[in-house]
Amino acid sequence: MQIIRSRTLYDVCIVGSGAGGGMAAKVLTEAGANVAMLEAGPMWNPSSESYMFKWTYDSPRRGAATDKQQFGEFDAAFGGWTLEGEPYTNGTGSTFDWFRSRMLGGRTNHWGRISLRFGPDDFRRKSLDGLGDDWPITYEDMKPYYDRVDRLVGIFGSHEGLPNDPDGVFLPPPKPRCYELLIKQAADRLKITCVASRLSILTQPLNGRMACHYCGQCGRGCAQHSNFSSPSVLIPPAMATRKLTIVNDAMAREVTVDDTGRATGVAYVDKNTGRENHVQARIVVLAASACESARILLNSKSSRFPQGLGNSTGNVGRYLTDTTGLSVQGFIPKLMNGVSHNEDGVGGMHIFMPWWGDNTKLDFPRGYHIEPGGGRRMPSFGFMGGLQDYVRAAASLGSAATGPGFGKTLKDDYRRFYGAIVGFAGRGEMIPNKDSYMEIDPAVVDKWGIPVPRFHFKFHDYEINQAKHMQETFRSIITEMGGTPMSEMPSRERLYGLAPGGRIIHELGVTRMGNDPRTSVLNRNCQAHDCQNVFVADAGPFVSQPDKNCTWTILALSMRTSDFIVQERKAGRL
Amino acid sequence: MENMNRRAALKILSAAPVAASFALTDVEAQEAHHLAETARQTARTSGVAFAPKFFTRAEYQTVRVLSDLIIPADERSGGAIDAGVPEFMDFTMVDQPARQVAMRGGLAWLDLECQRRFDKTFVGATDAERQAVLRDLASVESRPGLTHGQAFFRSFRDLTATGFWTTKMGFDDLGYIGNTVVPTWDGCPPEALKKLGL
Repeated sequence: MQIIRSRTLYDVCIVGSGAGGGMAAKVLTEAGANVAMLEAGPMWNPSSESYMFKWTYDSPRRGAATDKQQFGEFDAAFGGWTLEGEPYTNGTGSTFDWFRSRMLGGRTNHWGRISLRFGPDDFRRKSLDGLGDDWPITYEDMKPYYDRVDRLVGIFGSHEGLPNDPDGVFLPPPKPRCYELLIKQAADRLKITCVASRLSILTQPLNGRMACHYCGQCGRGCAQHSNFSSPSVLIPPAMATRKLTIVNDAMAREVTVDDTGRATGVAYVDKNTGRENHVQARIVVLAASACESARILLNSKSSRFPQGLGNSTGNVGRYLTDTTGLSVQGFIPKLMNGVSHNEDGVGGMHIFMPWWGDNTKLDFPRGYHIEPGGGRRMPSFGFMGGLQDYVRAAASLGSAATGPGFGKTLKDDYRRFYGAIVGFAGRGEMIPNKDSYMEIDPAVVDKWGIPVPRFHFKFHDYEINQAKHMQETFRSIITEMGGTPMSEMPSRERLYGLAPGGRIIHELGVTRMGNDPRTSVLNRNCQAHDCQNVFVADAGPFVSQPDKNCTWTILALSMRTSDFIVQERKAGRL
Repeated sequence: MENMNRRAALKILSAAPVAASFALTDVEAQEAHHLAETARQTARTSGVAFAPKFFTRAEYQTVRVLSDLIIPADERSGGAIDAGVPEFMDFTMVDQPARQVAMRGGLAWLDLECQRRFDKTFVGATDAERQAVLRDLASVESRPGLTHGQAFFRSFRDLTATGFWTTKMGFDDLGYIGNTVVPTWDGCPPEALKKLGL
């Protein structure tokens, strides 16, 4: 079969245009590198393509999800848990769901903008509690990069001086919503730390980008670039250097190497023509999302690397984790018959609860943060479903029995219950375990003949006990607010309601960084031990999965890795 | 056809000076709001009879009667029929085929139950007869022998709620006044603070 080879020898080929890929593109092109960026999806421009300000009733679908947009037709996610022609598999007894957004900027277009630095303890957990492993770098190594990311991207928050939730370079946070004030009151009484949230949404203009106008629709992509996405913040400066070539609809197949074991570029499929292509580059940066990058490495087999590039010690695909997550909703009588007002705010919570617990007194290690939600949201498909649960909750608190469940009294129920629900979502740290890893399925390929991942995933007691604590905590906050939970607490058999692996969409760790090549894939500069001109810039290198969401660290780490690449090029070592 | 409010709002945002100012001035926000109001006043008429694509004529009649019994017109707003809920349901059945069997089967179940009780279809029953059936199906407690009808009713009620409240009529009824430009976010307004004792 004929392979179309690029005539240009690029300095760098980056696979992926999201947080890691976008940051690498910006830093490397600004340093003078000629960069080719392969993106598996189409171009996407929030300015012109965001559904910001669409009314729910502008579509007969009322915002419902479709196969191609599984987070809703107005949401900025092109993709979801299933992609046509792109299967993946699970080992026996394993449940792991894999989310992919195939578009310029990937998941940065529709993510929650929760931007939390890892803390000093998070880089050295094994030293502290004997579990997992320490990172080969420390908070002090990362701090300058977190600071630069804060200044480049913009983030709001409050200075709290919390020991393991470092303050950043913050824009002023927005005032809490009405129900958030009630939540904070209850949290304060329960001695649960509750502070302003830290989201990458501008509350003041920054670097030519406008401040937020509080429409609450960040997930649709912001037409005025007031929130962080790769297309809003990273791609434009990279394009401005004229040294970035974006190749869309390019499905990377493998990293090619020469006889000396040096990477020579990336082979990819042009999805539009189905033809095989190859881009030549001196350096390859994989940032296709953790499991896609691992998949590419495992599929990059050669006589030098029969087990896959970077996998000579068998560590690619190991140490897979996702954030632990579950939610509890509560009915709060005080919020009934609320005063009509615009409660949209930013596209996320204005307050949050960073981990406040003392693990020496608990039956699980590490912690979780809490993301509250609720209020008078724009009605969309699924609005106030399960009204009988509201009625049951209200009745249990002594609210007078309503009507028969239909007719005028039902209509009045919707009116009085609207905005009276709050929700709490926990996002916690999972310890890597031997049952959770990714490999290549030996039999299954996707529509382009690329072998697919096979996932193995299992929560252990650490996570299950943590989930029990989440349930009990959320229910106690709801009770403290004078409310009642909307559903019964799930049993341990149901893992206390823990979302299945992959459902929090923070899957990572599968191309781990470390000082010892026997137990890691990359060195402390995210450079492959096996192959010095291959780097990984998504969340694959992460040694652990703190309760801090991954994106901010993806950005900072990719910036650091890119600085290293520039430095090595200048020194003639790459 | 593009939504006037959205196009107008985006136009205003793109014209605003980027580097210097704090978001939008109040004048610009007012202009956006006015255009939004004008767009809202464009009436949705449905003078032409609707030909359902999924429902049979008989099923569609049941859907109309049932949805309007669930959410009727009152002093504050119209009912399910006024809001176009039956049309929305027909669209949804075509758009989300996985819902079809439960819907079709549920409507059949409802007619069979009315046949059993009154020797009539749901549509053919008297108002009092229909209310008696719905009181059972809408009951919060489980009713032996009626659990399938209760499950159908809850699902149908949920879809009626989506169909009704996600319309302009529904938004106005609830007092949802978001989805617009807010130049300065002031948090919880005084009236709401007072009501919540904050």
